[in-house]
Amino acid sequence: MHQPTPGLPEFDYVRPASLEEASRFLADHAGEARLFMGGTDTFVRMRDGVWQEKYVVDVKGLAGMNDISFDPQHGLTIGAAVNMNRVMADEAVNKHYPLLAQAASTVASHQLRSRATIVGNICNASPAGDTIGACIVLEGVLQVHGLEGKREESLRGFFLSPGKTVLEAGDVVSALRLPIPPKGHAGRYVKLGRNASGDLAIVGVTALGFPDETAVSGFRFRLALASVAPTPFVPTMAEEILANQPLTEVNVAAAAEAAQESVTPISDTRGGARYRKLMVRNLVKNAVTEVWQQLME
Amino acid sequence: MAYQAITLMVNGDQETVTVPAHMTLLQMLREELVLTGTKNGCAAGECGACTVLMNGEAVNSCMVLGVECDGTQIITVEGLAGDIRLDPVQQALIEAGGVQCGFCTPGVLISARALLDRNPRPDEQEIREALVGNLCRCTGYVRIVEGIKEAAKMEAAASSVV
Repeated sequence: MHQPTPGLPEFDYVRPASLEEASRFLADHAGEARLFMGGTDTFVRMRDGVWQEKYVVDVKGLAGMNDISFDPQHGLTIGAAVNMNRVMADEAVNKHYPLLAQAASTVASHQLRSRATIVGNICNASPAGDTIGACIVLEGVLQVHGLEGKREESLRGFFLSPGKTVLEAGDVVSALRLPIPPKGHAGRYVKLGRNASGDLAIVGVTALGFPDETAVSGFRFRLALASVAPTPFVPTMAEEILANQPLTEVNVAAAAEAAQESVTPISDTRGGARYRKLMVRNLVKNAVTEVWQQLME
Repeated sequence: MAYQAITLMVNGDQETVTVPAHMTLLQMLREELVLTGTKNGCAAGECGACTVLMNGEAVNSCMVLGVECDGTQIITVEGLAGDIRLDPVQQALIEAGGVQCGFCTPGVLISARALLDRNPRPDEQEIREALVGNLCRCTGYVRIVEGIKEAAKMEAAASSVV
């Protein structure tokens, strides 16, 4: 077909009537069917010929996919099709999970976030995913519908390599659940891009801190790093230092150095490996210091 | 190739179009409905030249499939002006000198319209944040931002009269 306006390669569009039908279709067409949400990554990859699936599968219209709800016992449930602008504007998110709203606000632009979703960001499994760190430190769990029915997948261990997760053919993530966050927590996502906003992360640091009497420092910190490893990366040594040593400037710096030592980033168009390592140190220090200050307020 | 007939509202008019599954909303607007005000820039969701309102929300039309638009309301730059008057964002951008080559302008206008619809009194920072996804290589943005500030004032004045 003549296309004066450039676009996508040919494919068929499939809209299953249920999660069961979606799982069955995706399993029957493994390797030639792809699930998409906002399409903000999928269509770029397809346009560039990186992905060449025969079918794109749209489950955004299924029940629950567009719901976002908060329950004081079980926490927050974000349907897979809920876009990032809605997450950022949601009252319960801003009250109980402000870190997630702040992380989402750093993603691309308003009009991209009208389509982009948190679940899509997670399932795309880019090491640079800006909202993945928040979902990891908030102990997010994915609700998955597969050939065997429903199950849950923790985000710890979910990511295998760039673009690869533990999800298998036939798996459809229907929602993300974030449990009630620790009492008195504070969080921050610090992102370094080539410009102040809109760009992908050269390095991203997510930090969540909360009071814990069982820790020597009186606090525990959960950290997640973006764009410095093949998958979103948790620097456990740095977390241990922040729990097991008194919270001082010197120890925060030591934790930041431990984080730097634990990563082996690559060089690419956005930044060199050495630069990234140094920025991990600086930004972990900044993020933890900011969270520490919030915890003291 | 699978074609699908969809019905949607475009700039207030009901349209029924038969489109192939892989056709983007941008292609459908430009090639099927001949609404060429919406521009193709990067075709990757970065430049914002293709921004339209979909159910009131600004989206990159290059990143939306036509078939996803069945039953939706789309507003393009052609749908902003009334029969007699320009939309305040159009009028203000002209007066502020916020248009040079004009290629980014349709997307800028739609982003500005979406901003003022959700936040009628934006400060400069909020205006700049709303335009992160609209690249302009001519103006340096200053006059665009000034124009949107002025549009907000015009709308506030108009609504206080009513």
